[in-house]
Amino acid sequence: MLKINVTDRIKVTPRTTLLTLMFSLLAGLFTIGLIFLFSGVNPLFAFYKIFSGSFGSTYGIKETITKAIPLILIGGGLAMAFRAKFWNIGAESQLLMGAIFGTWMGLAWGPNLPSYVIVPLMFLAGFFGGALWGVIPAILKIKFAINEVISTLMMNYICAEFMIFLIVGPWKGKTKFGFPYTDDLPASAILGLIPGSRIHYITLMVALISAVVLALIMYKTRFGYEVRVIGENPEAGKYAGIDFFKTTVIIMAISGGVAGLAGVGEAAGIHHYLSYPATISSGYGFTAIIVAWLAKLNPLFVIVSGLFFAGILVGGDAIQISLGLPAASVAVFNGTLLVFLIMGDYFLKHRVRIAWRS
Amino acid sequence: MKKITQLEMVGISKAFHGVPANDQINLAVQSGEILGLLGENGAGKTTLMNILYGLYQPDAGEIRINGKAVKIRTPLESIQVGIGMVHQHFMLIQNHSAAENIALGYKNTPFLFPQKKINDSIIQFSKKFNFIIDPQKKVWQLSAGEQQRIEIIKALINGADLLILDEPTSVLTPQEIKDLFVILNQMKADGHMIILISHKLDEIMDLCDRVTVLSKGTVVGHAQTSEVDKKALARMMIGRDVIFNIEKEEIPREKEVLTVEHLSVTGDKGISMVKDMSFSIYKNEIFGIAGVSGNGQRELVEAITGLRKSDSGTIQINGVDITNVSPRMVYDQGISHVPEERIKFGIAPGLYLYENSILKQHHLDKYTRHKFLTYKNIKEHANQLVKAFQVKTPSIQIETKNLSGGNIQKLILGREISESPPLLVASHPTYGLDVGATEYLRKQLLQRRKEGGAVLLVSEDLEEIFELCDRIAVIFQGEFMGVLEADDSRLCDIGMMMAGSTRLDPSC
Repeated sequence: MLKINVTDRIKVTPRTTLLTLMFSLLAGLFTIGLIFLFSGVNPLFAFYKIFSGSFGSTYGIKETITKAIPLILIGGGLAMAFRAKFWNIGAESQLLMGAIFGTWMGLAWGPNLPSYVIVPLMFLAGFFGGALWGVIPAILKIKFAINEVISTLMMNYICAEFMIFLIVGPWKGKTKFGFPYTDDLPASAILGLIPGSRIHYITLMVALISAVVLALIMYKTRFGYEVRVIGENPEAGKYAGIDFFKTTVIIMAISGGVAGLAGVGEAAGIHHYLSYPATISSGYGFTAIIVAWLAKLNPLFVIVSGLFFAGILVGGDAIQISLGLPAASVAVFNGTLLVFLIMGDYFLKHRVRIAWRS
Repeated sequence: MKKITQLEMVGISKAFHGVPANDQINLAVQSGEILGLLGENGAGKTTLMNILYGLYQPDAGEIRINGKAVKIRTPLESIQVGIGMVHQHFMLIQNHSAAENIALGYKNTPFLFPQKKINDSIIQFSKKFNFIIDPQKKVWQLSAGEQQRIEIIKALINGADLLILDEPTSVLTPQEIKDLFVILNQMKADGHMIILISHKLDEIMDLCDRVTVLSKGTVVGHAQTSEVDKKALARMMIGRDVIFNIEKEEIPREKEVLTVEHLSVTGDKGISMVKDMSFSIYKNEIFGIAGVSGNGQRELVEAITGLRKSDSGTIQINGVDITNVSPRMVYDQGISHVPEERIKFGIAPGLYLYENSILKQHHLDKYTRHKFLTYKNIKEHANQLVKAFQVKTPSIQIETKNLSGGNIQKLILGREISESPPLLVASHPTYGLDVGATEYLRKQLLQRRKEGGAVLLVSEDLEEIFELCDRIAVIFQGEFMGVLEADDSRLCDIGMMMAGSTRLDPSC
């Protein structure tokens, strides 16, 4: 008879963490491989295509970095929120709010201001927009005990519809021949690219700085300490005199704010005008959940996991074209990996031994 | 199934994470006998009984019933062979009635009119053991003693010949303990066998015929209780003499530290839990609050420490009003707090020991400079705490949940008194700790008293209250039934007061 013996794991070394992570990833990739197999594709060839598509060529690397920018920004903010056990599922709309506020700033003030003034102003506005959208569910949770998973998720729909209302209504561009887009941002409000790529380097720098700053906040400051205490044991947090309202609001202002920065980057670096929500974001707010999780909720590691998942997004595009797999493959890929990463956490907390018993 | 007349556990061993919890344990019990299982926390008592109850499988050794080896794989099999267990924390469903709880898991519940059969058997057992239980009452309406009786009936109705009781008196009033002992003696006379797990020497001496003493997972002695005394048992248990009466010097009461006036507090269920309470605590004084849990102790402590809003009344510390201010303000005014349920409230389990060593003080200037934590000072502080308060740990950089309960409590107490607060509020500070840690923590509280601190001690452990306190207040349903000087209170008075009577028991 097969006997499964589960005990709590008392000591977790970095080595165990790394091994668990690797095994979760391998198990996830194996499962994805099976899915490829059932779709009639050689899984090894598919993986080869994905990673050569994203990391195997100059073009691929450039695209991967481009897509990593919003993932690193949002993933860092989510790492902080998740550390406090605030399950922010609304980064998608916090990004969109950032794009809305940033674009408004660019359209309204850009024509009269030089680049070095308007660009910081747009990022500031974007941060404010994302923070505003993130703080609302924080207030709802602390003051009215409304579950943040539901409220942040639902606010994604509200924001998306609001954005559509703007682009088909009051903000519809006069130069766009009736298409539901805003006008182009003025030249001074458009972010510069690294020549020959779509990498808007200002946002890239903002993203890397943000990851470092978030890590410093989390591990070196009093505020970060309070965030970790709240996440570990809210009762102890109350006992320690931590102000839950203030702390949660700041956490979500930061988490939403950095997502808003990503929104400005997408709007002003890639698209140059607002259009449909799915065009502006393509699900970065959700992919970043996996990014934060793979980084073990450490904002610094988010840089690596952000690049990894950006690679999968780019490689996913590549296999759609070369192998004729459906567009949903990437979503299946990401979802499967997330499930395996979360399952990996179980093995990090427990020690499971399997033995044969006669 | 044949009645159990003799049960033996032979050479039982069980290890967790390679650490032996039970090592080669032998134990025997017969019909009509009460066996005491004595040992400090962590000695392996509960592990051993959980093996007998089928919750764990032993790594080695066997269980013999009436001389025949049996395998007990699950609690269900254990019940089937005639073993019943009353856990320390009752396994009852709060919103169901007494009868419904008993019916649950009872294999002979008839299909038709099940209530009648169950009610009848409750009444039958009630008559036999001379206690009253209303079968229709919901469990949450019953006292701890009544709930325990339901657990006992549950075991007996399933035909238990052997009853295991895990720390049965820890939640009872002195009167309820007396009643329980009457019931257990009657069961013994009926030919049942009983194993009583306890670390209270008095109970073992009063109730048991024989005692098996465990220490660090091994049997260190068997004895007839008629042939040994308390001191000898204690020595067996911890391997050295224990000081039962800690010396406490007389210090006159002069300066008022805490003043509570007409305080009323509402509990979680919207019921008034503290009613118009007034008292003061002085410098160099340990003020004890005795009483059975759930009589307003928690709400009172939470109101004083800022964790709960009060409805009316005032709380002052050294003349400063702290009524309904935030926990941090309360701390900054000089009240520190050793919370009950230390792991639930007192630490962040996944954070390092040194991070937990400043949980309440992290906002102070020496640990925070320009919003950044000063890890150098924090680690230094943690190292000092570990040394001064004898916290056994391999390093200060270890996740705090890996420490044992006693060491976590030493860490919390050390953290709370390291700043020499004018008032220390300690809730059940030694609950569930072994004798060594208990003795150490009590000495630290006396040390605080000597240094000029005031201590508010909430405890269910009367021995602790008597040993430490200068004055003792007995709380019942949110009111003090009396405040006594330590030298004029007698155990039986307090017992009656805890049960809600202000009058002294005339038989004492």
